Amino acid sequence: MKAPLSWLKDYVDIDVSAEELQAKLFSCGFEVEELIDLGKDISGVAVGEVIECEPIEGTHLSKCKVDCGEKGTFQICCGADNVKKGIKAPCALVGATVYATAKDHVTIEGVMTIKKGKLRGIESEGMLCSGAELGVNGDMYDGADYCGLLLLPEDCKNGADVKPILGLDDYIFDIGVTANRPDCQSILGIAREVAAVLGKTVKEPDYSYKAVAGIYEKIKISDLAPDICPRYIGHYVKDVKISTSPLWLRKRLALCGLRSISNIVDITNFILLELGQPMHAFDLRTLEGREVVIRRAENGEKITTLDGNEFELNSENLVICDSKKPCALAGIMGGLNSEIKDDTAEVLFESAKFARDSVRKTARALGQHSDSSALFEKGVNEYTTEHAIERALNLIQTLNCGTVTDVHIDITTKNSHLKEKKMTASISKINALLGIEVPAEKMSRILKSLNFGVTLKGDEMKLTVPRYREDIDGYPDIAEEVIRFYGYDNIKGTFLPSASITNGGYSDGQKMQKRVKNRLVAKGLYEISTYSFYSQKDLDMLHFPADAHERNAIRILNPISEDLSIMRTTLAPSMVNVIVRNLRRGNMEGKLFEQAKIYIADELPIKKFPEEKAVIALGIWGKQDFFDLKGYIESIADTLNVKFEYLSAEKPYLHPGITAKILCDGAEIGYAGMLSPEIAEELALDRMVHIAEIDYDELKKHAKPFKYVPISKHAEVTRDLALTCDKAITCAEVEKEIYSACKYVTDVKLFDVYIGEQIENGKKSMAFTITFTPKDEPIEDKVDGFVKKILNNLKFKLNIVLR
Amino acid sequence: MQDKINEIEQQIDLAVQDVQSSRTLQEIKMKFLGKTGKISELMKNMRDVPAEQRPSMGKLLNALRQWTEEKFNALEKRLKDIELKKKYADEKIDVTLPARAPADGAYHPNTLVVEELISIFSGMGFEVFEGPEIENDYYNFTALNTPADHPARDMQDTFYLAPDLLLRTQTSAGQIRVMENKKPPIKILSPGKVYRSDDDATHSPMFSQMEGLVVDKGITLCDLKGMLDEFAKKIFGEDVKTRLRPSYFPFTEPSVEVDVSCFECGGKGCRLCKGTGWIEVLGAGMVNRRVLEGCGIDPDIYTGFAFGMGVERIAMLKYGINNMKLLFEGDTKFLKQFKG
Repeated sequence: MKAPLSWLKDYVDIDVSAEELQAKLFSCGFEVEELIDLGKDISGVAVGEVIECEPIEGTHLSKCKVDCGEKGTFQICCGADNVKKGIKAPCALVGATVYATAKDHVTIEGVMTIKKGKLRGIESEGMLCSGAELGVNGDMYDGADYCGLLLLPEDCKNGADVKPILGLDDYIFDIGVTANRPDCQSILGIAREVAAVLGKTVKEPDYSYKAVAGIYEKIKISDLAPDICPRYIGHYVKDVKISTSPLWLRKRLALCGLRSISNIVDITNFILLELGQPMHAFDLRTLEGREVVIRRAENGEKITTLDGNEFELNSENLVICDSKKPCALAGIMGGLNSEIKDDTAEVLFESAKFARDSVRKTARALGQHSDSSALFEKGVNEYTTEHAIERALNLIQTLNCGTVTDVHIDITTKNSHLKEKKMTASISKINALLGIEVPAEKMSRILKSLNFGVTLKGDEMKLTVPRYREDIDGYPDIAEEVIRFYGYDNIKGTFLPSASITNGGYSDGQKMQKRVKNRLVAKGLYEISTYSFYSQKDLDMLHFPADAHERNAIRILNPISEDLSIMRTTLAPSMVNVIVRNLRRGNMEGKLFEQAKIYIADELPIKKFPEEKAVIALGIWGKQDFFDLKGYIESIADTLNVKFEYLSAEKPYLHPGITAKILCDGAEIGYAGMLSPEIAEELALDRMVHIAEIDYDELKKHAKPFKYVPISKHAEVTRDLALTCDKAITCAEVEKEIYSACKYVTDVKLFDVYIGEQIENGKKSMAFTITFTPKDEPIEDKVDGFVKKILNNLKFKLNIVLR
Repeated sequence: MQDKINEIEQQIDLAVQDVQSSRTLQEIKMKFLGKTGKISELMKNMRDVPAEQRPSMGKLLNALRQWTEEKFNALEKRLKDIELKKKYADEKIDVTLPARAPADGAYHPNTLVVEELISIFSGMGFEVFEGPEIENDYYNFTALNTPADHPARDMQDTFYLAPDLLLRTQTSAGQIRVMENKKPPIKILSPGKVYRSDDDATHSPMFSQMEGLVVDKGITLCDLKGMLDEFAKKIFGEDVKTRLRPSYFPFTEPSVEVDVSCFECGGKGCRLCKGTGWIEVLGAGMVNRRVLEGCGIDPDIYTGFAFGMGVERIAMLKYGINNMKLLFEGDTKFLKQFKG
């Protein structure tokens, strides 16, 4: 919300500096996001009168003597075509700063400092300036658009600072207005807050006008959509003379970033800024049947808006129509068919309230946004709707550009807000919420300064809420109004003196999850965090086939981009992308993990809450291989006191020979393996990459508490066995058999695998260290028997022999 | 005999004169004190000494033996000291050579911040609650006093997954789930990922929030301030102060924006605080009556406050990270910097 200081001063006697006002607004909840000093780049420019002016022969230059009053008289060379004796123009003295302009004399290329110089050998002590060089255009100062000197009125005092004359001593406050205060999306709204914070009163704009009763054709307005158009006011103005607006009006619009169009359109835009009420002016002759109908559009109906865009409408869109066709997209933009033209003579002003979500939906659906739609989406109040039409008529008379009739049609509906809200609030409750004691008198004074009606009666305040304050609902709102102006500095920290003691901290499940992360970090892995969404392309990257369950991803209906359009069903693509990025940045090895959710839908498109499953992804690259990865996975098993089994398996993105399915108590909990060489090649990766993904939610169901196992007093015995078996037999199969053959076996550790000349073709040798742990009795003399039994079992079940 | 003793003494002095190593010394020692050494020989000869002279001779020999042993011991100690010093000098290492540490990992900066926040607030009695990331309109908006036509819905552009399912835009959604199932006193802390359709230098479509909620009898705005003072001191430093200023959130009333005094410049104004001396860190307020009512909590008996902060923002402030994107890239050069 842009509010020029000069404009605010129309309604409030502001007697503090712009910076002080900025601080005051901040204290009551209006952060000035930017304080724009219009004349910040301009300094040292004075009114100069050209008292002598001679052309310099052979050039377009003139040698001038310029009288700058008490600043002195200077010789200045000037190239402007409108320089002549007797004129007054801004004179930048030596040391002054002004804008440097490009060859077109309009485009600003930076700020320059004026130095004493010589042009064609003739000394020049300053520069006479154009409007552009001072950052002033024709909407800020009449004649400032001219590509020559900016001419100043004769009555300017020579040597006076030009900034006040040109309005460059002004400031614009760019204010952040919170969503609960749509009433402050206007100069007047801000002025009300300024008045309250400065302890002044607001001078409301002049809403008065004189209407002539006239002979007129009847104008008919009907509201067929009172649910989304709760209020509609139309007023008829005749004998309209379209022309350019006066400077003061153009300047106000320009300061707030709006372009002047014509007096009638400018009046509506002025009111949009001043009161925050978007208005519209129809050329009445184009309204067939001299009729206005507010209704939902018919499906397929079309409108072309003022900016020339054509839209096909549906019944979601509110339109303002004549007896036949849509003439405006309600609250968004007028139709081209009814726009104000140079020969418009009859105008119907519209001031209405349209429902916030109706305007928002239509603006979004059509991609058509305007200053008007922005305000309607934030919410307008009917107090302002009523005053806006009066203000428009007042301005018609101020500008003397039409005859105001008494044809005033005000459609109120059962959804209209016509009355002031009355409420009561308890002083003690307000103070109880704040935690301090604000005196009743002080509360009353603050609320009155905000135009509340206040009657104090004991602990009770009877309040009348200003009609433009639709945000005021209960006593906490009143508490906020009070503390906004009483000052948050008065809130002193206390430490829950009245609250009950509660027991805080993590739940058991959260603690377990933390233990897993702790362990992975202790093992040397770095934690990453990646986006929960990616695209089908990321699944393509990992060669997931069309029918893979990972493809059943939930789509975001309004994604930021296609790259971030589906909720992930596996963390693997995110992990691979991070590894690729690391390798491209020269990080040649690394170990990462991510703990995050994947999102699994029962059906697509989803109708109910999908499952959010916690998973852990591991990714390592560089010199480490599958068994390093397995080591990290085992450390997760250790943390949860479970045992994992690994079965050779396949996954689309993993090397078919170097992939394991991970089981826990027989349940599948994840995969681990080497990134498929094909994918590695496609991604131009020149290092081994290994990935694992573990379903943490499934895994945690198997976690077991740690229990002490008594340590035997008797010595453990170990035996090394070198075995020969078929190549296809896995280490896990042998281990399992050894364990099952003897209950004293507590550890089986492979220490060597050999395949080669020393051994029969199709066979391999595996060497194990087996640990036997005694219970109550020593076992030294029994171990030979155990080994024999183990060997017999291996021979019988797997055809394994001692090497 | 006395002559022999003198002779041996002279021989010993001569022998040890140039001794350089403890090993040579040991050999010399054996020559005199060993089983067949000169002194031992003399001892053996005692048999031939007349009985009446034996005691005096014995004394002399013992004195010789003691003198010799002491001499050798002293010498040995001196030589060992020298040798040890040399050994130590030879073994001296360059302690600035790189460490051979077991590879260490690290938590993501967000996790570090979340853990720190949780440890601060769990000490104050806050339980940790994690709600779902996919929410419906009711929990994310309606129950938080943000009905369909509310302009606050525009404050946060929402990702929709279905007409009534969305990615939560705020961890506040979890507040409702807690209040529906738990009666006051309530003190919860709710960390988690949230999503908004925003992507630029300072916004990320996914980020993390930490929400705090207290509902009990007699809770005031001063209590909120007191708790946040404590938070700011623990996170940013003992001297850091907080400042409340008016703001707006649909689910709190009054609502405040909370700034902390700049911990970089102490409030004098610097680049970090953009010259203002203050840094915006979180939004907070007294829980809106309508929100309590909607959850079946009587707002005439209970009041409460809630606060919510961006975890990435705190991490960026705390660690001086200047670009939010870095937090989501997983670059190990970045991750290695936070081994807290």
